[in-house]
Amino acid sequence: MNRKWLATPYLIWMVIFIVVPLVMVFYYAFTVKDVNGARFTLDHVMKTFDSKYMVALGKSFLYALISTVICLILAYPLALILVKRSKGGAAMLFIFILPMWMNFLLRTYAWLSLLETNNGLINTILRALHLPVLDIIGTPKAIILGMIYNFLPFMVLPIYNALAKIDKSLMEAAYDLGANDFKRLLKVTIPLSMPGVMSGITMVFMPAVTSFVIPNLLGSGKVNLIGNMIEQQFLMTYDWGFGAALSLVLMIIILISMGVIQRSDEDMEGGAGLW
Amino acid sequence: MVKRGIERIYLGLIMVFLYAPILTLIVFSFNDSKSRAKWGGFTLKWYKNMLHDPEISKSLYYTLLIALLASVIATIIGTLAAIGIHVMKKKTKSVILNVTYLPVLNADIVTGIAFMLFFVAIGLRLGFTSMLIAHITFNIPYVILSILPKLSSLNKFTYEAALDLGASPMKAIRKVIIPEIMPNIITGFLLAFTLSLDDFVISYFTTGSGVTNLSITIYTMTRRGIKPEINAVSTVLFLSVLILLLIINKRSDRHAKKLGGMNV
Repeated sequence: MNRKWLATPYLIWMVIFIVVPLVMVFYYAFTVKDVNGARFTLDHVMKTFDSKYMVALGKSFLYALISTVICLILAYPLALILVKRSKGGAAMLFIFILPMWMNFLLRTYAWLSLLETNNGLINTILRALHLPVLDIIGTPKAIILGMIYNFLPFMVLPIYNALAKIDKSLMEAAYDLGANDFKRLLKVTIPLSMPGVMSGITMVFMPAVTSFVIPNLLGSGKVNLIGNMIEQQFLMTYDWGFGAALSLVLMIIILISMGVIQRSDEDMEGGAGLW
Repeated sequence: MVKRGIERIYLGLIMVFLYAPILTLIVFSFNDSKSRAKWGGFTLKWYKNMLHDPEISKSLYYTLLIALLASVIATIIGTLAAIGIHVMKKKTKSVILNVTYLPVLNADIVTGIAFMLFFVAIGLRLGFTSMLIAHITFNIPYVILSILPKLSSLNKFTYEAALDLGASPMKAIRKVIIPEIMPNIITGFLLAFTLSLDDFVISYFTTGSGVTNLSITIYTMTRRGIKPEINAVSTVLFLSVLILLLIINKRSDRHAKKLGGMNV
């Protein structure tokens, strides 16, 4: 018996439950049902180019981009500090990853209580210190904060892993050749950690751009991102064909940008790097 | 010295940022008042009440049942798949892996919707079965991805030696390959379990008929106010997962050491 056949149950599963459902998205996006059954149409896809949806898409990309950049700025020094601690670095890393095991919705919801304008904890403290209060619930700022909060560990982890892999003797060599700390960071550490940075960017940007829960909770439903638009088509207006077309557009844009990012990260460790 | 101080402050600030909401949740799970902002004294009543609330206990039951079933099934299918995929020709392998990556790379919302359209098309009523199938499907890739790298680092001659010594291929896999990849199987299983436990988006689109998990219940509650019992349930879950992780970490460390020491 050939060992290959062990994969058969999975291959059947994969075709039925991964490939066919994606084909269904295409099917719904390009057909319309009438009395004679389903017929081909481009209406749904054309409708996604309406300014309303393009604006939502643009906003989603903008907020996700801002969140990704801030995550990178916060996570890189953090990972550097953790890697430098030869003892306890891994345990410290665990502390920074741990929040992910608290329910995602509750964690996000907790920010509402923290940020509430009138009696939220943060504003109570600010008021006690006679500082101006924060009034950001329902604005893009709160959404971006929520994205950074939820996805920061996804940036820390791959960068940490990449940094931990760097051969210490390279740093010594750079030092011997006369490079100062800053130059070593610029010429050795950063270039060698790029695969980790790339995975991190993918793992933050992707969920951020498609999130509909964070805008619903922290944006109080006032800011509509592309994820909200898709959710509404399926659960409120029941326009499944158009919802499928929006999903399709989103999926294609994401897969293309992913392809671009992954090209510089050949070994595709992103998904498996969680542990 | 100054540099070290700055580093400490930096770590501290990020920790505050990450833990502030979680601590608020935990603290408020002991709050006697129903308000999310005012402290009304210490109580354990939400912990006592949480299992008597039908809505919460039902969703907790479904959350755990689905996470357990989905991660066990995904681990079995995924482990077999990884062993099989590992010996495939390069071309076939890369096609299969690319499809496997799809649910990982794709947006949850798109995966959820694709499932929903699919289940409706084949006439499967949305509910327990559809949610379970969805969970198994998004779990399998993580199991495969946890195991494959280990398989390529294994010494392939031990498997062949087992065959030469008269073991059937099945027996050789059971006695040679499986023990070696066990830590990775456990990692994959745990990853699948925790992903399942925490999933909201895909469950949201693939469930129906009153079957909800904790995340869905919480989401519905955010519109009409979170019951404090939910804070209690989540605190308990969070601590259980934490303890589970610590135990498994210790155990797989020891396991790896033992295997290494015995030179199996």
